[in-house]
Amino acid sequence: MQRRVVISGIGVIAPGGVGAKEFWALLSAGRTATRTITFFDPSPFRSRVAAEADFDPELHGLSPQEIRRMDRAAQFAVVTSAEALADSGLDPAGLDPYRTGVTVGSAVGATMGLDQEYRVVSDGGRLDVVDHAYAVPHLYNYFVPSSFASEVARSVGAEGPAVVISTGCTSGLDAVGHAVELIREGSADIMIAGATDAPISPITVACFDAIKATTARNDDPEHASRPFDRTRDGFVLGEGAAMFVLEDYERAKARGAHTYAEIAGFATRCNAFHMTGLRPDGREMAEAIRAALADARTAEDQIDYINAHGSGTKQNDRHETAAFKRSLGDHAHRVPVSSIKSMIGHSLGAIGSVEVAACALAIEHNLVPPTANLTEADPECDLDYVPHESRTWPTDTVLTVGSGFGGFQSAMVLRRVT
Amino acid sequence: MNTSVVVTGIGVVAPTGLGVNKYWAAARAGTSGIRAIRRFDATGYPARLAGEVVDFVAEEHVPSRLIPQTDHMTRMALAAADWAFDDAGIDPARWPEFGMGVVTASSSGGFEFGQGELRNLWRQGGEFVSAYQSFAWFYAVNTGQISIRHGLRGPSGVVVSDQAGGLDALAQARRLVRKGCRLSLAGGVDASICPWGWVAQLAGGRVSTGADPGDAYRPFATDAAGHVPGEGGALLILEDAESARGRGARVYGEIAGYAATFDPPPGSGREPGLRRAIELALEDAGMDPSGIDVVFADAAAVPELDRTEAAAIRTVFGPRGVPVTAPKTMTGRLLSGAASLDVTAALLSIRDQWVPPTVNTEPGVDHHLDVVLGAPRELPVAAALVLARGYGGFNAAMVVRRAG
Repeated sequence: MQRRVVISGIGVIAPGGVGAKEFWALLSAGRTATRTITFFDPSPFRSRVAAEADFDPELHGLSPQEIRRMDRAAQFAVVTSAEALADSGLDPAGLDPYRTGVTVGSAVGATMGLDQEYRVVSDGGRLDVVDHAYAVPHLYNYFVPSSFASEVARSVGAEGPAVVISTGCTSGLDAVGHAVELIREGSADIMIAGATDAPISPITVACFDAIKATTARNDDPEHASRPFDRTRDGFVLGEGAAMFVLEDYERAKARGAHTYAEIAGFATRCNAFHMTGLRPDGREMAEAIRAALADARTAEDQIDYINAHGSGTKQNDRHETAAFKRSLGDHAHRVPVSSIKSMIGHSLGAIGSVEVAACALAIEHNLVPPTANLTEADPECDLDYVPHESRTWPTDTVLTVGSGFGGFQSAMVLRRVT
Repeated sequence: MNTSVVVTGIGVVAPTGLGVNKYWAAARAGTSGIRAIRRFDATGYPARLAGEVVDFVAEEHVPSRLIPQTDHMTRMALAAADWAFDDAGIDPARWPEFGMGVVTASSSGGFEFGQGELRNLWRQGGEFVSAYQSFAWFYAVNTGQISIRHGLRGPSGVVVSDQAGGLDALAQARRLVRKGCRLSLAGGVDASICPWGWVAQLAGGRVSTGADPGDAYRPFATDAAGHVPGEGGALLILEDAESARGRGARVYGEIAGYAATFDPPPGSGREPGLRRAIELALEDAGMDPSGIDVVFADAAAVPELDRTEAAAIRTVFGPRGVPVTAPKTMTGRLLSGAASLDVTAALLSIRDQWVPPTVNTEPGVDHHLDVVLGAPRELPVAAALVLARGYGGFNAAMVVRRAG
C-alpha cells in the first residue's frame, strides 16, 4: 500500500499578501497586485509592470546576518517555511531531523543578488576581468541556488534529503512532486517543500523584454495580467514563495493534525520542441495531465477545478486550453478553470507552489478564485475561466498545471482528505 | 522488490580527455589536467589554476545554430549526451518518446553566458541583452536542450545541490526508471571558469591559491588548503536491467544504492551527515561494508571537511579498511559534474579490475585511510561507493556494483 501524502501546513509570500491568510483574502476578493515597478527605475525597459511583494525581512524575524547572507528569494523560503511549520502545529523541537527533508523549487536562483553584485564587481559593466575585492563574502550563496535548500534545512533543523529543484517555471510543482515521492518511498516522513523566486531585477526584465514575453501594457498596470483575454500581450513578472509541511497521512492523522489536502498525483513531461516555444496542440501537457490523473487514480470527470498555468502569453493560454480539452474531453467545458497569475503575476519557479497553496485553500473553502481582467473572450480560449469574481463551488478534487521554458510540462492532482 | 537499474552508456567530457576512453587512459597514467587558466587573464586573482577542458571545440560537436544560444557547459553537455547514446547503441528516434527522460544536475547554470549578458546590460543597456539569455543561463538549460535534441519527452528533471548534484541526478533517474521510464539520461556537466564565476567560487573560501599544478589540490594532506575548480562531467544512460538484457546491451554496472542527508546546523555539536549517508546507501543496496571494494572520496581538501570524510569512512569500514581514491585530483572539482564522473570511474574500475590513483597529495597518517596513491591499483572490484558533498551541508552516497 503506497503511503499517502498530505499538506498539514502552508506558508505564503505573494504580491499583495504576505502570509497564507492575506494571500487568500486577495485571491477570493479578485484583487490585483500588479503595479509599476518600484524596485528600480523601469523607464529604460519595454515592460515596466511587475507584482512586487510587500516584504520586510526584519519584521519576519530574520537577523541582520541572515539578511546579509541570503538573497531575497532565500529569505522568502525561510520565512514561509517557518509559517508553514507553525501552521502545521508540529513542535519544531520535536521533529526527527533524520526523517525530515527539504525540497525548494526555484527557476532563476539568486538573480537579484547576482545582478547587484555583478554591477559592483564589474564597476558598472566596465571591467571584463571583474574585481574580486568588491565581492560580498556570501557571493557563493548567490552563485549556487542550492543555498535556498540549505538555508531552509538549517532553519528548521532538517537532516534528511535536501535539494533544490530547478525546472524553470514548473519548479514549484516539481519540487512538491519530488517531496511527495520522497515520503512515498520512505526516504522521509516529513518534507518542508515548496518554491521561491525573487526575479524582479533589471537582468530579468531585460531578458524577457528581448523575447517580448512580458506585457507592454505599462499605462494600465493593475489590469496588465490578462490570462485568456483576447487582448493579453504577455505575462507580468512576479515574486514570492510558498512552502508546505508535507506529511505522511497516517502520521498526520495520528497526531490529530489539520490537513488541507492530499497530494494524490503528480507527473511531468517534456515537449522536446523549443526552449521557449509551445506547439498549439498541448500534446505533452495533456500527457502529463493523464499521467497525474492515473497516479491519483482519478477519473477526468472527478476534477472539480483546474488551476491553470494561465500566464497570459498568446501561446501559453491557447496551448493549455488545447491540453485540457485533449486530456479531459468534454469535461474540460464543464469544469471551472482559473489563473491566479491574473492577480499576482508570474513568479517563475515559485508560482507552481503558490498555486498549490491556492488549490489547497480552494478545497478548504470550497471557493474557486477568479481570473481577473478577463473581459474580452478569445475564440481560441473557450472554457469557463471564472472571470472577475470568485465562485462558491464544491471543490474536492483539483488539477493544477505548469509549463516552463525548457519544455517542461507538469500536472498535479490535489484531493480533499477523507 | 525494486527494479534493478543499470548503466548502459556513458559520455565523458573531462579536463584530462574527451570521451570515456581518453579520460580513462589518462586516469590510468595518472595524468593531471590541472593547469594555469587559459580562458581568461587570471593574473589578478589569488587562485590561477583550473582543470579546463582545453581540447573541446564546440563547432566540432554541436550544431552551429545552437552555438550562439548556449553556454560552454551546455555545449559540452550536448556532446556528452550524444556520446552516451552512441556508447549505449541507442538511437532515441527509434524509442518511445514518452519512455525516455533526462535528469541533469547544475550548480550555477550557464554562468559564463550570464556574465556576458550582465555585462551587456550594465555597460550598454537592456536592449543589448540577448534574446537567448532567458534560457541559456538558467539551471534547467541542459535538460531542456538535451530533451529537444534527442526528442526525450518522458519524465525529466533538474537538481541543484552543488557538488552533490551529480549523484542526486543519477538517483532521480533511477527512481524514474523504476517507475516505468525505459531510459533516463542523467548526470552533470558543469563549468564556471570565467571571471564572474571565478570571483563567485573564490568567495566560497574553498579554492586553493597554490601556484604549482603539482601540489595545489591536496585532499587529506595535513596541509590541505582547498581544491582546484574544474569543468566537465559525465552523462550516463540508465535503463531497467531486464530491458537492457532484453536488447542485448553491454552493461557497465548497477546503480545499487543511494542516500542523501543534510548536515546539522553549525554549532549544534551533532555529527555531520556523511556517515549516515554511507550507511543508508549500503542499506539501500542491501550490502554490508565488507562488500565495498573501493571508495571514491569527495576529497574536499579543506582540513575540517577531510577530517569529517575520513572519520565517516573509518567509522563504517574501519581504519585503513577499504581502498580510497580521488581521481578528481587529476581533473579538479567539476561542480555538479564531479560526482557523475566519479561514478563513471567506479563503473570502469569494475569493468577493468583496477582503481585509478590519487595524485599529488600525501594523506595525513592520522586519517587512517588506505589511499590509492601515485599509481593505479589492480584489485578485484565488484562494488564501489561514491561520495559527494555540496557547499552548505549536502551529502550524497551511491553504491555501484557489477550487474547480477
